[in-house]
Order: sequence, then structure tokens, then C-alpha cells
Amino acid sequence: MSTALRATILIPLAALGCLAALIMVHRPTMAGQAGLGFWTLVGVLWLLAGIGLSALSHLRARSPAARRAVGLSVPILFGAFLFFLWEVIVVGAGVPSVLMPAPSAIAGRFMASLPTLREDFIQTFVKSVLSGYVMGCLSGFLVAIIADRIPFLRRGLLPLGNFVSALPVIGIAPIMVMWFGFDWHSKAAVVVVMTFFPMLVNTVAGLAAAGRQERDLMHSYAAGYWTTLVKLRLPVALPFIFNALKINSTLALIGAIVAEFFGTPIVGMGFRISIEVARMALDMVWAEIALAAIAGSAFYGLIALIERAATFWHPSYRT
Amino acid sequence: MLKRVTSEFGEKGDGPAHAASDHRLVAGHAGTSVVDIRGLSLTYEAADGPVYALSDVDLQIDEGEFVSFIGPSGCGKTTLLRVIADLEQPNAGHIHVNGVSPSEARLRRDYGFVFQTPALYPWRSIRKNVELPLEIFGLSKAERRERSDKQLDLVNLKGFENKFPWQLSGGMQQRASIARALSFDPKLLLMDEPFGALDEIVRDHLNEQLLQLWRKTGKTVLFVTHSIPEAVFLSTKIVVMSPRPGRIIDIIDAGVLGRERRLEVRETPEFLKIAHRVREGLRSGHSYDD
Repeated sequence: MSTALRATILIPLAALGCLAALIMVHRPTMAGQAGLGFWTLVGVLWLLAGIGLSALSHLRARSPAARRAVGLSVPILFGAFLFFLWEVIVVGAGVPSVLMPAPSAIAGRFMASLPTLREDFIQTFVKSVLSGYVMGCLSGFLVAIIADRIPFLRRGLLPLGNFVSALPVIGIAPIMVMWFGFDWHSKAAVVVVMTFFPMLVNTVAGLAAAGRQERDLMHSYAAGYWTTLVKLRLPVALPFIFNALKINSTLALIGAIVAEFFGTPIVGMGFRISIEVARMALDMVWAEIALAAIAGSAFYGLIALIERAATFWHPSYRT
Repeated sequence: MLKRVTSEFGEKGDGPAHAASDHRLVAGHAGTSVVDIRGLSLTYEAADGPVYALSDVDLQIDEGEFVSFIGPSGCGKTTLLRVIADLEQPNAGHIHVNGVSPSEARLRRDYGFVFQTPALYPWRSIRKNVELPLEIFGLSKAERRERSDKQLDLVNLKGFENKFPWQLSGGMQQRASIARALSFDPKLLLMDEPFGALDEIVRDHLNEQLLQLWRKTGKTVLFVTHSIPEAVFLSTKIVVMSPRPGRIIDIIDAGVLGRERRLEVRETPEFLKIAHRVREGLRSGHSYDD
């Protein structure tokens, strides 16, 4: 059987089987007491989906659009199958929801708590993360430029920055709460501390990345410091700067959530996670985790898209 | 003291008559040479003692000449070119370019430099790369466009203006880099093994094109190479150099081959005679020793 045929037959077959298994497992007679027959079905579906996805990923589509569609569908189908396994195992084996709620339960809780999640999102992501991210990245970038211009600062600041970056969030967060109060300002301060150094180090490295002949060229044009910076060194540094922006996008979210464990008004993703754990409402904790994952990936993806457009000339994006 | 300094400044800014006589004085000192080098030395400290990159170099280059520098690696040919371009500083000796120091000549934008690699900026299109020096010098958009059109036409890159450097072959990239060097009409074109990374067929083709370009523009060209046929084919004057210490062994006049040259000139007795003399020079400088 050709790979194309295998993919086109097995994947719909597996999808239908999964749907049937989902309907079956949610019947009151089956939930929590699934028998050997059901688990055999799940095993067979696993096998079918595995072979089908492997065939799909080996498919060599002719048109670029089809290649793109195949490239996108493999991770989506794979992820969907993992969620299916999670659902049937948790529901079928009757795992207590305190240990591990089913994806359907988390989704239900998510939809039911939208107003709360929205408030938490605004408090943590929009206020703490975004403002801290912008301040941290911007100041890291500006200090890198200053350190580049004034060599003694480079020698003095880089080790200091290194030291600051080695401070654990758990340690700084309570101090920042003491300094800047319970509201989002203290969380933004934690985010600034966390994002500043990656941006500083990456920008300094990027500014040093221009080649000798490219610099000599600017020298032979009698171009000054700022002209060389704008026309040569900053464009060369762009991939490094985007690297820092991407690293910082995830660091910022972690920093803000963790900082909320140390005192916060009664709103925010970190606050919600800590009190819902205490109340054993694990489905709400998972809903917040899902929100953080969605927000974090979207943030990262947005920056990656901008990066692609801004550094289209870089060897990793050339077409 | 202060008064004397002011009066000196006053004299300098006295007027055109004075400036002209000043210029004649400098010209008289330097002869008619575009590049005038006397007793030039450059030593730098390496981990295992001093390296004599250039030792007591004398050289005069006239306007409109095509001068090649040839020798084994470490003979200082690239260093010499970089000293002329004010990219390296000599320890001793005198060097004048058009009657001024290399640093002043650089600030006056006398140099168009072509490196071993094209050194085009990948985020700029070919046109924007050629216009880079013009942008830095503050030319208007219309003038930049006019000049880049002209230069890209000269190096046969018409139709590739909006491509990016990485979409072009190595030979085309190096041609774009030559167009960039010529775009601001510099007095001197300095080329440091520009075709070293290209295959021989592309190289031959570019050599012919470079000669045409030189005839059309009448620029003074300083060309570093390690290929004897390339040096003889292109040059009106060949400077043979040797290492340890870097010095000039022989200066050969190749004007006998004329200005109009085709690749076939390489089979003529005159060409072979000059090539032989280059090889003899290299041998006497121990360039062929183990």
C-alpha cells in the first residue's frame, strides 16, 4: 500500500474510531469501569493512528500549498490524539479529578469561568507581563547600546547584569512586593528584572557580530559611529535581539505568575492558581494553566511572525 | 603662542591664490603620483616576537594606472593596500595619496574598496547596496537612483536591481560590490583579491569586464592578487612582493601589452615574457622555497 493511500484510509478510520470510543466512554455504564474490550479498542486505535500519522508525515506533496497543509495537519492530529488518550484514560479508568481532570472537564470549567479568566488575564498578562516586558526589553536594549559606546560600562555592567540574572525569581518577588506594593507594579518589576539581562547580553553579542570587511567598508566611507550603528550593526544584531524577545516572552509570563504567589490583590492568574489549589479545585487550576499556555504561545508566535518579516534575509528564512 | 596659531589659521584661509600655491608645493613634493610611498614600514607584535609585515617600501603610482600586487601569502600585499586605504597604520615612512595623508584621503572619500568577499548587506537589495555609500554621503534620492542605475548598467547587472545579494551567484555579487565601490566616483579603486573565491571561468570573464570598466572610467586601480596570469593580464604595472620581511622585489611595466586586451593576449610572447619575469621575481624573493 502506498503512503498516500495508507494516510487517506487509516486517518479517517482512526478518527471515526476515536469518536466512537469517546461516545462509549462517557456512557454512565462505562465511565470509571471500562473493561478489557474497551482498552483493546483504544490500543488498536493507537496503532492505526500511529501508522496513519507516520504515513502522513512521510508524504511528499507536490504543490507548496498541499505541503503546507500536510505540515500543519501532522502536529494538529498528533496533539488531538494525545488529548483523546488523556480523555479516555482519565474517564475510562475513573481517575479522581483532583489528581487529573479530563480535558472535557477542564474545557467545561474554562467556558464556565470566562469572566474570571478574563479578569485574571488582564491583571497578569496585560498589566504585569506586557508592561514589564516592554520596560525590561527596552532598558536592556538601551543599556546594551550605552555599554557598547562606553567600554568601561561594558566591563562593569555585564558582570553585574550576570549577577542580577542569577538571582532566583522566588527570592526577588517578595522583595519587589515590599518595594512596589501588592498590585501589578511589583509583578511588572519582577518581569523587568527577569527580561532585562537576556536582552542586554543578546544585544551586546549582536552588536559585536558584524564582520570585519563589513566594518572596514563603513570605515572606508568615513561613516561615523551612529551611521555604522544604524546601517550595519543594528541590522546584523536583529536576529540576536529577536532571540532575546522570544526567550523573554516566556520568561515574563513565568515571572509574573510566580510573583503573584507572594502577595497580590484578589485577582490574577498566579493568585487564582494558588488559592484554587488550596481549595482542591484542580479543574480551575488547569483552566488557568490552559490560559497561560494559550497566551504564552500566542505571544511567542506573534514575535516569531514579526521576526520572520524583519529578518527575512537571514539564512534561516531565505526563500 | 596662541597668537601665532591664529595667524597660521588666518594664512591658510587666505584665499584661492594661496591655496593653489600650497597645492603646487605638495604636488612638487609628491611628483605627479597619485600614491607616493617612501620608506614605509609596518611591524606588529605577535606572540612569538615582532612580525615585519612591511619593510622599507618605496612605490609611486601614477594616475590612471592599473597596478597589481603579487606575492605569496604573508608578503604584505594586502597590508600595503590596507595602509593606503587607512585601514592599517604604518610604524615608519611617508605615504601620501593625492598629496594628503591616507586618513585625510579617506575622510575625503577618495577610496572605493572591493574586498575578498562581496560584503554586500543581505537585508538590502542590490540597488540599495550600491546606493549605500551615496546614502551615507547624503545624496538625494533621485541622484542615488541615477547613479546606481548607471553603475549597475556598467557591471551588466541591469534587471537584478531588486534582487537580494543571496539570490545572485558569487560572480554577480562581486560585480555588484564593484558597482558599489564605483558609485560615488572615488579617485582610487582598491581591490583585495576580489576574484579569489571564484572559479577560473567566471574569473576570466570578470577580468575582461574589469578591464573594460577600467578603460571606460579611467580610474586608478590597485589590485591585490596571487595569480600570475591575472596580474599580467590586467596590469600596466606589476609589483612583485616577498615575505619575511614583506618587501618589494621588482616593479614590472606591462604597458607593452596595450590597454585593449582580450584573453587571447595570454598566448603572446610579450605576455609570457612578463609572466616569466614575475616568476623570476618571486623566485629571487624565495617565494618558491619550502
